[in-house]
Amino acid sequence: MAEQLGTGHLGTGADTVQLRFRDDEQVDHPAVTVDAFVDQSNATAVRIEPGDDARALLGHLDRIALVEVNFPTYGDGRGFSAARILREAGYTGELRAVGDVLVDRIDAMRRCGFDAFAPDVPLDEADVAAAFARFPEVYQAAADGRVPIWALRHG
Amino acid sequence: MYRYDTYDQAMVDARVAEFRDQAQRRIDGKLTEDQFKPLRLMNGLYLQLHAYMLRVAVPYGTLSGAQMHMLGDIADKYDRGYGHFTTRQNIQYNWIKLEEAGDILADLASVEMHAIQTSGNCIRNISSDHYAGAAADELIDPRPYAELLRQWSSFHPEFSYLPRKFKIAVIASKRDRAAMRLHDIGLEIVRNAAGELGAAFYIGGGMGRTPMVGPLIRDFVPLDQLITYSEAALRVYNRYGRRDNKYKARIKILVHELGKDEYARQVEEEFAHLLEQNVEPPLAELERIKAMFADPAFKPGLPTKADRTDPAFALWMDRNCHAHKTPGYISATISLKPVGGIPGDASADQIRLMARLATQYSFDECRVTHAQNIVLPHVEIGQLHALWQQLDAAGLATPNLDQIDDIIACPGLDYCSLANARSIPVAQQISERFAANGKADAIGELKLKISGCINACGHHHAGHIGILGVDKKGLENYQLLLGGSEAEDTSLGKITGPGFDEAGIVDAVEKATDVYLAQRTDGERFLDTYRRIGMEPFKEALYG
Repeated sequence: MAEQLGTGHLGTGADTVQLRFRDDEQVDHPAVTVDAFVDQSNATAVRIEPGDDARALLGHLDRIALVEVNFPTYGDGRGFSAARILREAGYTGELRAVGDVLVDRIDAMRRCGFDAFAPDVPLDEADVAAAFARFPEVYQAAADGRVPIWALRHG
Repeated sequence: MYRYDTYDQAMVDARVAEFRDQAQRRIDGKLTEDQFKPLRLMNGLYLQLHAYMLRVAVPYGTLSGAQMHMLGDIADKYDRGYGHFTTRQNIQYNWIKLEEAGDILADLASVEMHAIQTSGNCIRNISSDHYAGAAADELIDPRPYAELLRQWSSFHPEFSYLPRKFKIAVIASKRDRAAMRLHDIGLEIVRNAAGELGAAFYIGGGMGRTPMVGPLIRDFVPLDQLITYSEAALRVYNRYGRRDNKYKARIKILVHELGKDEYARQVEEEFAHLLEQNVEPPLAELERIKAMFADPAFKPGLPTKADRTDPAFALWMDRNCHAHKTPGYISATISLKPVGGIPGDASADQIRLMARLATQYSFDECRVTHAQNIVLPHVEIGQLHALWQQLDAAGLATPNLDQIDDIIACPGLDYCSLANARSIPVAQQISERFAANGKADAIGELKLKISGCINACGHHHAGHIGILGVDKKGLENYQLLLGGSEAEDTSLGKITGPGFDEAGIVDAVEKATDVYLAQRTDGERFLDTYRRIGMEPFKEALYG
């Protein structure tokens, strides 16, 4: 958001969130950088860039309501690890994928723990529905609680 | 061998539907080539110099007769009647139409096959020992572990956009026939001092422009932690592997830059964390998979010797067969390296014949080797002559396994959009040269490998003799390397000096072998002589 960039804030606004799988209120202020967040005791929204260490936030999870994970290009997959690390550490707030978020990745993003999506280019809703319905089961345990095929096989 | 259950089949069927949809959107113009590219690459569809190329996964190189037969039918129906077996135990088709790609995937799915993750920056097809389950020297069949990893790595939500492609090999013998230490991760199934099975993890090997032999990162991971440890190794790579330069993005660079001890420490930390996350399938899943790799019904008391009165057969048996763990059986290699042929190519009819022979003589199983040949793993020694006669009649009985004319070569500039030079004609000329001069038999084991560019798909770093094609001011030029090995004595070849033109490289190879023939002592292979006498005598002969 151009007006936010001017103030040093990087986050997306609520109106850019296309998909959200949560019932709670959206955070009404923009996210700050990881460095700014760690120094700034009152922030509740933070934005992770691909080079940031998500584990820097682990001591502050109780006061975070929103983590944005930026995907500046679709091919940079570091954000998938950042998301799982936060969920594995017990983070239950909003985890929002922003940036070059493509429809063919959103199912994997959900599996890694994302529950909100703010793509640079809005996704076709029929494509989104098809992407989430595509694979009947999953082979791995991840952050979404889905039961992997190996568990289904062995009850 | 492994058979899909309804879960596996549903996953592959879903992928076929997904790709059909993606390809149709491209054909209809709803996707640009730029948008379509990452999608097709996740499914092994490359746009090459002349056409689309489709790479089909052959997990750990194992195929049933029906699967092999289908590969032949696909060659006829959708290609120009040929398939090309690759150094990662896969098969490629070079003349594919985008409009038909979905139909090919559906045909593959009907025999429990796919092209999932045969390209892209993801975990690729898992390779293994082509004599797995048959070799007299193996500890245990490595393929169940490879299958466990195949399922874990398929559509992995966290590791589908890695810094670069990721290749895993699994072996279970001290004899390495899978170039294990030249993979991003090489697993060797071992037994520890307590007698328990587990895996040694070698991480950070690879070829390409910066070849490295993978160091041992952990000497023993228990069987019920294999997936968790793999996940930890991949997560450290996904987070910290370089993304600023694609030529420095493979895990070997990360391991090298961090140092193997620091990389191992980071993996241990992540491993300890992930052990709490319950990502590991239960051992019951491994047992379920293992049951499908149980030995076929080998007959006891079979003859252990063949009738060797036919000298051509006896020669082929000596050259192309490998000791089996069960008395009365043997593993037979079908060479796809006839004199002057294209390494790894087989016609549709040859593929279907090999499928029938696998069914008739080898418990319905065959294997693709990383050296681009086909193995029938379980042949009764008493039936070996009958098998050989059928192979011989079809031009498939070339007795040259691991000899100088059993060349590994990438497709090179004849097909590949990345190549700098042609590989196939050089392979053909070397093979013809040594057929004409009759020296191949005298030379014995000599693994020659040719790549048409620095990406090293033809494994030139690991050849006893390696050839690397480069572009020198618009002309094809070939560098010569000596002393590489992809076996348990893994080593990387060294460049002899200035490169050669196309005719010159064939002469240079012959000169190098002449040095060997003149200098070898009893029982030495080319590689042994090179290691003993060093580069100098070869340089002298080549440039002196």
